[in-house]
Amino acid sequence: MADLTIAPVRHSGPLPTARSRRRYSAVVTALALGAVLLGFGVLAWDNPMPLGSEGFWTIARMRATSLAVMAVVGFCQGIATVSFQTVTNNRIITPSIMGFEALYVLVQTSAVFFLGAAGIMAVQGVGQYLLQVCLMVGFAALLYGWLLSGRRGNMQIMLLVGIILGAAMGAASTFMQRLLTPSEFDLLMARLIGSIANADATYLGVAVPLAAVAGGLLWSQTRRLNVLALGRETAINLGVSHQRQTMVVLLLTSVLMAVSTSLVGPLTFLGFLVAMLSYQLADTHDHRHLFPVAWLTGFVVLAGAYFVLKHVFYAAGSIGVIIEIVGGGFFLSYILRKGRL
Amino acid sequence: MITLSGVLKTYSSEVAIGPVDLSIPPGGITALVGPNGAGKSTLLVMIGRLLGMDAGTIEVAGYDIARTHSADLAKILSVLRQENHFVTRLTVRQLVGFGRFPHSKGRIKAEDEAIISRSIDFLDLADLEGRYLDELSGGQRQRAYVAMVLAQDTEYVLLDEPLNNLDMQHSVQMMQHLQRAATELGRTVVIVLHDINFASHYADYICAVKDGGVVSFGAPDELMRDEVLTAIFDTEVRVVEGPRGRIAVYY
Repeated sequence: MADLTIAPVRHSGPLPTARSRRRYSAVVTALALGAVLLGFGVLAWDNPMPLGSEGFWTIARMRATSLAVMAVVGFCQGIATVSFQTVTNNRIITPSIMGFEALYVLVQTSAVFFLGAAGIMAVQGVGQYLLQVCLMVGFAALLYGWLLSGRRGNMQIMLLVGIILGAAMGAASTFMQRLLTPSEFDLLMARLIGSIANADATYLGVAVPLAAVAGGLLWSQTRRLNVLALGRETAINLGVSHQRQTMVVLLLTSVLMAVSTSLVGPLTFLGFLVAMLSYQLADTHDHRHLFPVAWLTGFVVLAGAYFVLKHVFYAAGSIGVIIEIVGGGFFLSYILRKGRL
Repeated sequence: MITLSGVLKTYSSEVAIGPVDLSIPPGGITALVGPNGAGKSTLLVMIGRLLGMDAGTIEVAGYDIARTHSADLAKILSVLRQENHFVTRLTVRQLVGFGRFPHSKGRIKAEDEAIISRSIDFLDLADLEGRYLDELSGGQRQRAYVAMVLAQDTEYVLLDEPLNNLDMQHSVQMMQHLQRAATELGRTVVIVLHDINFASHYADYICAVKDGGVVSFGAPDELMRDEVLTAIFDTEVRVVEGPRGRIAVYY
């Protein structure tokens, strides 16, 4: 009689058991299905023209811009936050509190403060968009270059300085906002709440290639990211030059964050929520498996929030609010039930 | 051969390690012993290029560690600290698999899997290989990390207090594993130990470190003497002949 028990093949792959592989495939399929359904929902729900007619597609095309923006923002925030948390070995903070959003708020506020209501127009346009992205990446490069290079390079101090600089910029913005006239303040507020409606379709021509290049480069570093997650000393032992690698990843992260924040404004909680959900859903340390889940989760969260806001509350765009309420609640219940990050 | 010449690390005007000149011969286990704060771990992590030095050179197997690519060094030298940041969703086998990173760059092939299996079996971790690191005790996790550096398949293995967190049984087993790694696999093991009796029994050479300098180096029999140990540890030590070699009594 042939031996009926097949010896389990020992392997070190990112998904250790057949069950975990099935689970991963199911999660990706479910997320992809959710993304398609929500995408279709955004295009077709409440579309007054009959499905498939020419008028239907005209309206759908107008809405497709929002979908593209959500795909870019979900990609940027999801992948940037996962990478950032890996290199900093910290799952509580996100790149958005490192001064990126405060810088965006400061730029927008300054424009209105110094130029009046016309200032809102002065910071719009593809050139201005690019300039704002460069400003944020430059800020990040200075911060990381200054505090992470050299012999005293210290991650904790870098994070602390980043948070303090963010708070200082936030305070400066608040001060200027107090001095604005109510109508100017009103105009400004519309820009400061993270909203899909903030995005201009023309920005996508710049945002998509930038996000694709930064994301592609991060994808090429995924195996090294897996090693960096083991901490500085283990990474060096395994031959990864920790300091250089960390800087490269942080810079790419800052490009993604700048692309997203300049596009739709601050979405402080989105990156955090998406990263947390991705860890739970993907249930693996491997970044090649985490990244796709993070992108899909980001898109589903954004599109879900957008859909609910637009068709239930008739307040298209300002998705930040609903992400924080629903996402925060969901996250809390999940953590309290499972008990681990 | 590991050669240190004029190695110096300055922390402040009063506190400094070195200058140290030392040669650690290839093969066998070399134990670094000495009182707290003597600089044993500092020397070990400087050899393992985890900590930069202020002056001097360190050569491992003829490679100057300051000038050799870190990725190349990872194939001849592995180093393990006692405190390790661990990722929660990582199984024992996946962790050990990272030991192949210097060779495979993350693409684990069949021959890597064979080496990983061998390291896991070598440290009796086969039953635990599917467990996640956060489901292990401190001692089991310690063994998993040692399996990782063995899977790295380097000629030189540096371990910083691998007996921390281990009970009597596992301490003895760990030392036996390391002794077998030295004799059967031909590795050169350099290890920081707190218990002088473990060093006496298992090490081929003992290197005594005190106040940032090497005070004596030699075979266990040369160092296991009342006056030598008393001077190193600033404690009244008596060496007695035990059933399996010399034992220091200092209680």
